Amino acid sequence: MSSTTPVESWAVDLAEVTMIHPMAGTEGILAIIAIVLWIAWHIWQCKFENKYFEEEVRRFGDAENIRRSMNE
Amino acid sequence: MDTEIGALTTVFTEFYYWVTVALMFLIHVGFCMYEVGASRHKNHLHTLLKNSMLIPLVTITWFFFGWWIYWAFPGGPGITGGLGHPDPSFAAAYTPWGESMVPRLDDRISGVFWAAFLLFAWTAASIVSGAVIERIRSFAFWLFAVLIGSVTWAIDAAWGWHFSGWMVEILGYHDAYASGVIHGIAGGCALGVLVVLGPRLGKFAADGTPREILPHNPWLVCVGLFLIYTGFWGFYVACNVPIIDAETIGGQITGVTMTATTIYLTPTTLSAITFNFLMSLSGGMLMGYMVSKGDAFWTYSGGLAGIITASAGNDLYHPIQAMIIGGIGTWGCYKLHFWVERKFKIDDAVGAVAVHGYAGFIGLVICGFVLWGHPSSPYEGFAPISPWGNFIGAIIMFWVLGFLPAFILAKILAAANLLRIPREIELLGLDFVSEQDKEIARQEMVEAERKLV
Repeated sequence: MSSTTPVESWAVDLAEVTMIHPMAGTEGILAIIAIVLWIAWHIWQCKFENKYFEEEVRRFGDAENIRRSMNE
Repeated sequence: MDTEIGALTTVFTEFYYWVTVALMFLIHVGFCMYEVGASRHKNHLHTLLKNSMLIPLVTITWFFFGWWIYWAFPGGPGITGGLGHPDPSFAAAYTPWGESMVPRLDDRISGVFWAAFLLFAWTAASIVSGAVIERIRSFAFWLFAVLIGSVTWAIDAAWGWHFSGWMVEILGYHDAYASGVIHGIAGGCALGVLVVLGPRLGKFAADGTPREILPHNPWLVCVGLFLIYTGFWGFYVACNVPIIDAETIGGQITGVTMTATTIYLTPTTLSAITFNFLMSLSGGMLMGYMVSKGDAFWTYSGGLAGIITASAGNDLYHPIQAMIIGGIGTWGCYKLHFWVERKFKIDDAVGAVAVHGYAGFIGLVICGFVLWGHPSSPYEGFAPISPWGNFIGAIIMFWVLGFLPAFILAKILAAANLLRIPREIELLGLDFVSEQDKEIARQEMVEAERKLV
């Protein structure tokens, strides 16, 4: 049975073994996917935070409520 | 790994850096404790999360491009060499798809060395985090964290904290334990953000007099600083190459004696930096206590400022020099903190600009004088350490790579209304909604339990 890693058997001289991760050769694609996910996370978080603040100001942002919160 | 001594050297080096990473985690725990302790109760969970989430964001971006920047820009590029100077194969190997950024049996150092530098990056970003608490948007802060953690600190390290950095070669810049390359740049970055962000509401009276915004938990603040001291051991040790021989260095050193070195590959010992870490900490604490008249926060911060001031030359100083230098830096940063606060209305919530930025800057300048003429590198043709080299270096760290990029990004974010939280939220507190929800849940539970009686 073939392996997803470059190692198919440990009957080898370890001095000859280099990479040991699965799907060697896909590093470029993995990097692109990861960078896209990272940027998408920031975009999502920015929208989430804006919406969170808007909602909080709408629900609790009147002067009376703010004053009351300071007394609690 | 094919000889016993080779295997021992490699595995020792691998384990050495790994231990520093585990120790440096404590710096982050300490920063979180100190920052949350300094914030008011109404903000503390957001404050904790703001700092904690820089961990994944700086980590992944350090993987994507931070580590590559370090290896790509020692020459400027174009000042002393092109992209990847002096050996472009390193930069190529440290791209996110590079051959050294994967688990391999023939490379036991890249991962732990990458991680040690990453923990420095967290520290740089975390320093900024404390200064801006209680009014910055998390989105904005996390962009600053990536900026300093994975871009500007990587550039400054390539320039001034690399055995072939152009600042070392041309200026003789010496900053062995990162007075400038971590603390100076982080202080400058924090100041760049603070200038645009503005003070917390109510911090200054109408006549400009600063008011004290008390921490909700002074104990947590002080124990947090104590933990930073602890993690600082890992930071110091990680700044060294633990064991290397003259042949591997390939410079002017002769003979077969193996040694520990600084990041510049100049010989030092763990013993030397242990003397100096403790003596500069002590000088800083003694001065912090004295100048603040027994204030616990500034006494602990003084310990940090003492280490930070002496760090540039702590590979070489006499321990008593380290103690005195630590004390001088602590006195200077304390005085500057309150002068800048009054004069420019800068609300640095935890004194980060002072303890890291001003102390780091002062430390670099002092180092240039005290170590004047000492070789900055084992390689031929590198400038020796000098007052002007380290002074120019301090300006590059604090102002050029610290203040300026942060100021520009802060201006852009402010123009897009993405820098500061809404005024109502600041007054209510960032945790207001979650506190309300918790109270509702608590009352529902009490009601449910009452029905069971």
